[in-house]
Amino acid sequence: MNKKMLSLPYLFWCAAFILIPLFMVVYYGITDKTGAFTLENICAIATAEHSKALWISILLSLISTLICLLLAYPLAMILAHMNVNQHSFVVLIFILPMWMNFLLRTMAWQTLLEKSGVINSVLEFLHLPALNIINTPSAIILGMVYNFLPFMVLPIYNSLTKIDPNVINAAKDLGANGFDTFIRVTLPLSVPGIISGITMVFVPALTTFVISTLLGGSKILLIGNVIEQEFTQTGNWHLGSGLSIVLMIFILFNMILSAIFDKDGEGNTL
Amino acid sequence: MKKLIALLLTCVLSASVLTGCGNADKYPNGKVYVYNWGEYIDPETIEMFEKETGIQVVYDEFDTNETMYPKVEAGTSRYDVVCPSDYMIQKMVDNDLLAELNWDNLPNAKANIGEQYYEQSLAFDPGNKYSVPYCWGTVGILYNTKMVDGPVDSWSILWDEKYADSILMQDSVRDLFMVALASLGYSLNSTDEAELQEAKELLIAQKPLVQAYVIDQVRDKMIGNEAALGVIYSGEAIYTQRENPDLAYVIPKEGTNVWIDSWVIPKNCQNKENAEKFIDFMCRDDIALMNFDFITYSTPNTAARELIEDEDIKNSDIAFPDLSLYKLETYSYLGEEADTLYNELWKEIKSN
Repeated sequence: MNKKMLSLPYLFWCAAFILIPLFMVVYYGITDKTGAFTLENICAIATAEHSKALWISILLSLISTLICLLLAYPLAMILAHMNVNQHSFVVLIFILPMWMNFLLRTMAWQTLLEKSGVINSVLEFLHLPALNIINTPSAIILGMVYNFLPFMVLPIYNSLTKIDPNVINAAKDLGANGFDTFIRVTLPLSVPGIISGITMVFVPALTTFVISTLLGGSKILLIGNVIEQEFTQTGNWHLGSGLSIVLMIFILFNMILSAIFDKDGEGNTL
Repeated sequence: MKKLIALLLTCVLSASVLTGCGNADKYPNGKVYVYNWGEYIDPETIEMFEKETGIQVVYDEFDTNETMYPKVEAGTSRYDVVCPSDYMIQKMVDNDLLAELNWDNLPNAKANIGEQYYEQSLAFDPGNKYSVPYCWGTVGILYNTKMVDGPVDSWSILWDEKYADSILMQDSVRDLFMVALASLGYSLNSTDEAELQEAKELLIAQKPLVQAYVIDQVRDKMIGNEAALGVIYSGEAIYTQRENPDLAYVIPKEGTNVWIDSWVIPKNCQNKENAEKFIDFMCRDDIALMNFDFITYSTPNTAARELIEDEDIKNSDIAFPDLSLYKLETYSYLGEEADTLYNELWKEIKSN
């Protein structure tokens, strides 16, 4: 059988589920209700509500990405230093929650964080002050970090395991202490993993609307919520698509960055 | 190559196994696609319908009229029966999305639904051509008598700082603005920009006190003592009181919205005959009673109301209020321009 034939399903998939939808978004984004060309939908990002929503989304997803990075790096290092039997078990523990539906996990957090929820009941029992973060930006950040942490851990872990132990040994032989070895050898070599981890956390965090609805009580409007609302409630697909295009530009920018730093694409292979 | 053949074989086999247990025998009379509000029917009535008619019911749910409309309009998922509210039915009629009902196929609907509900429907469905009332009710305040002092009788309590972070508002545009418009004494169907701006300012001022904007979750959060006050549909009052006796429902003195949710058939439906069979089945007195018992929303089915055994509920002020005692207004469809204005102002409130 011809090898090219094998790529046919993939090509079909690409066209049907990536290219055509993308083309439709662009088409809707640059036309108005009568079908005439307009840039109004894209420029709509400049209105006070939209730019504020975009700004909050960027801020919250940057914070979440940073927290994910700070949590994930040490964890990835610990994982990389474990022997094979141990680390596959720990990786499994990390991946296990991902087998459950994303919505369910986020709703579980809602129940946990509520005023009379599980966490506050425990705190009350211990006579500790209540935790009141539900329906605030902090709850949204928590939801983002919780949901997207595995996407940061795995690429970093992957790039750490690829580092040749001889490189580390050489650094030590040449007199570098543990800290120097980390800063000048391990960290630079794991940059591809970090970059692809950042992309994999930042992009979904930037576009999410479920987390802010469930954990933010619909009080904090992210750009994802605006777009969702335009499609499902207002029925203005043109404006929704226009704003999606703006969002895509941000994502594209992020991916260009990751392409520059991760030339071999090694951080992407899991 | 061998692997590929094995893979293909597995696919073919599993496909044939899956289609093997098809539904053709069980449901000889095709399907009916129903699109209804969440938790708005007794699932048992669907099973009974399937058994009695041999029609398979494919059931989908929506949470606001606004999410329902684009899906029906786009026609990608073709529903046979939908259950929108008054103003949305008007919008669908205006945009020519609904099919006229054949009343000869709806004997139960003709006999059992109270005449006054058909008269009320004339406001949004002139000539009663398109809709059969399913449920009706008011919008009011559900409050926890242990957390709120004194009797509640006004929308103004929702702006009381004492209840900061204990207030639940509706996350749907008309029901949110309704509260502000009613407190200001304006029409609930106002399209006047100055009035709407004023309502918006009022809602923005309220936002720091609001715990969350939610829809169906008002019910669970109130039952779980998560909030003190919530804006809710009257139909949830009986159910929530059953679960948590501390809760009370009140129609504020400034007036509120009275609504009807009715069955309609979209023009792009696939099987109108089955759709009418479904609607008529839901109008049978025993079925309407089952649904009332299950969802506790006021039924316009007078025959079913007669069958209610519990006298307290049969004559309950909440389920069947005397509408002449309150200042009530039905929503009407406000046109595309006003729709856009409402949505823009709503976005401003949410992003504030």
